Amino acid sequence: MANSKSAYSSAGKKQKLDTHIIVVWVDNEAGVLARVVGLFSGRGYNIESLAVAEVDQKQNISRITIVTTGTPQVVDQIKLQLKKLVPVHKVADFKREDKNVIFKEMALFKFVANNGKLNKAFEACKNFNPVILDKTIKSNVIQITALRREIDSMSKNLKKFGLVSVSRTGAVAMTRGSEIFK
Amino acid sequence: MPKLYSGAEIVFKCLEDQNVSHIFGYPGGAVLPIYDELKNFNSVKHILVRHEQGAGHAAEGYARSTGKPGVLLVTSGPGATNAVTALTDAYMDSVPLVCITGQVPTHLIGTDAFQECDTTGITRPCTKHNWLVKDVNDLAEVMHKAFEVATTGRPGPVLVDIPKDIQFQKAKYKSYKNKKKLNGKSHDNYSQKNIDELINLIRKAKKPIFYTGGGVINSGTKASELLRELVYATGFPITSTLQGLGCFPADDNQFLGMLGMHGTYESNNAMYSCDLMINVGARFDDRITGKIDEFSPKSKKVHIDIDPSSINKNVKVDLAIVGDIKSVLTSTLKTFKKSKNNFSKSNKHQISKWWEQIQKWRSKRSLDYIGSEETIKPQYAIERLYELTKDKDTYITTEVGQHQMWAAQHYKFNKPNRWMTSGGLGTMGYGLPAAVGVQIAHPKKLVIDIAGEASVLMTMQEMSTAVQYNLPIKIFILNNEYMGMVRQWQELLHDKNYSESYTAALPDFVKMAEAYGCVGIRAKTPEELDDKIIEMLNTDRPVIFDCLVDKQENCFPMIPSGKPHNQMLLGPKDQKEKKITGKGRTLV
Repeated sequence: MANSKSAYSSAGKKQKLDTHIIVVWVDNEAGVLARVVGLFSGRGYNIESLAVAEVDQKQNISRITIVTTGTPQVVDQIKLQLKKLVPVHKVADFKREDKNVIFKEMALFKFVANNGKLNKAFEACKNFNPVILDKTIKSNVIQITALRREIDSMSKNLKKFGLVSVSRTGAVAMTRGSEIFK
Repeated sequence: MPKLYSGAEIVFKCLEDQNVSHIFGYPGGAVLPIYDELKNFNSVKHILVRHEQGAGHAAEGYARSTGKPGVLLVTSGPGATNAVTALTDAYMDSVPLVCITGQVPTHLIGTDAFQECDTTGITRPCTKHNWLVKDVNDLAEVMHKAFEVATTGRPGPVLVDIPKDIQFQKAKYKSYKNKKKLNGKSHDNYSQKNIDELINLIRKAKKPIFYTGGGVINSGTKASELLRELVYATGFPITSTLQGLGCFPADDNQFLGMLGMHGTYESNNAMYSCDLMINVGARFDDRITGKIDEFSPKSKKVHIDIDPSSINKNVKVDLAIVGDIKSVLTSTLKTFKKSKNNFSKSNKHQISKWWEQIQKWRSKRSLDYIGSEETIKPQYAIERLYELTKDKDTYITTEVGQHQMWAAQHYKFNKPNRWMTSGGLGTMGYGLPAAVGVQIAHPKKLVIDIAGEASVLMTMQEMSTAVQYNLPIKIFILNNEYMGMVRQWQELLHDKNYSESYTAALPDFVKMAEAYGCVGIRAKTPEELDDKIIEMLNTDRPVIFDCLVDKQENCFPMIPSGKPHNQMLLGPKDQKEKKITGKGRTLV
């Protein structure tokens, strides 16, 4: 294939990738998540993380938060393609660097260790709103909320304190201040 | 107490309310309750196809030639999966289709029941939207919404999956309420400021070109009229994509012919060198743009499209006008007339040099071919077909391949909705069933499927449908015994390794026609071609016309994919005379 003259077409110039958080408000109906996720996989867009739940029970609205990477053109396409889906009401898009937006992920850590290590583990989590959800003599479960990269590094660093299991959500996002996205 | 209707009855009441007069379909276990009701609804006529793909393409032909949505009705499992190719084809080419599928009863869904498949899952990426109806009380609303989604905005296919038990259950019928807005999705999203900007660009342009596409046709016949008015008023040259043929008269001097991979020398060079490109309802497809990085490098680009996601998808544009072509062109013309009365005169002077340049490109006569006394050249066959049918209001469908490109190059379309071809998906086997659909919609008109012998064999069984309903469609096969376009690429780009592109055991198409109960005609020499075509046109029954053409002929001009517009490959005549300079000649 190396020297084939019948290349379907050659790809254009490579562009810089940005990380974006896309928030989608959708009708909470059967198959809606598959439509959104299928759009991403079908068109070759990236999903780094995804969080979804119903936020308005009266109007049956779910809020999907997707972290994705892409060139500005691709991110634009993602938004426009999402808006075309019938159950989609609105789409918001934030850059990860955006100071006006709060991003949070939650993680549950299970530690199995002696008391000394368990205490150190809790101490190490103290910057990330730790809550002890379960405690026995030789184990505990700690919940933290933090940014993605903070959780990344925590789950690496806490191994030495007996971290045996990690469960984490995708990012959720909300704007600061009194404004809401219309 | 209001009357209760079964789900099956509700389906037909919705079709009646939507003014559906024909549906294309094939019965099966999971749609039997619906077929059972057919006899009670006389306004809806069912056309029995021979394969569900045929139902889909027939519905596409019907839709494209009328501007109304095409409807198909198929059963669960294989019925639905067979329709997938047609749905994808309609999705790519923006054809409004409503596909109704049967499904196993709700209590069996998910149990791998007989003829069960995840229809909504399979068709999710190839429809604008689809629904699995799990409650008979939702059925009427879903059906009406389905028509609304299929026909509004950028049109496309939708699918309604109805389990068998829902077809039996009873509910009240809710009639159709015409809602203007669809989930906050508005379609006209431009302002007068955009129009003013466009007029300003038009005024300043020295090397302008209109690049028009299927969106003009989808916007209705009025849109084509407005486009003509604007093109005449500006005096600008115009080129069209494959799907846009017919929205501007092909025999007009301002028309440069089709552009793109097999477009004319003048249209592609004009696209490359222009300073203003006005894209009206086209989508910068890769067969049009060639190499994106070198696509029309010096032009300001305007894109008028109803689909916001088409803007900046492949090519970045300078001015985007999101809206229905008809409404955008109306505002443009209004502003245009108001702003400058003597505009067209001064502007025509400004672009006279541009026209001179275009005439130079034109004089290359890139569609010319070397004629022959012995064998029928495929281009000659199309030319003769055009000459002998141009006085009739003829509808042309095609399959996919060389014959399709020759038809696009040599058959001159003067009206919209007369040209049905599979452009986006490139579905071989599209043309014959599409011709069935077109003839159903226009029983008195001449409908010709310009076909290749390989493509037409993919859906040949639909001849049986044509015979059953006395549809006098003409299947005009350019028979070169090769998958011609595959052979051409192998010759030009794969060192003449003709791997599997020759069909060694073709049927005798004349005998085949007779077996189907229609008429077979064969033409072998250029001398007899006219008489045979006339014989075909005088036959008031379906005809399979086996036109034996030159086996080695290639379709030129050609831009090898991945190359820019100014690197075209011209035909053998030109290559012989060694007229072309530049890199184009040495490409293969």
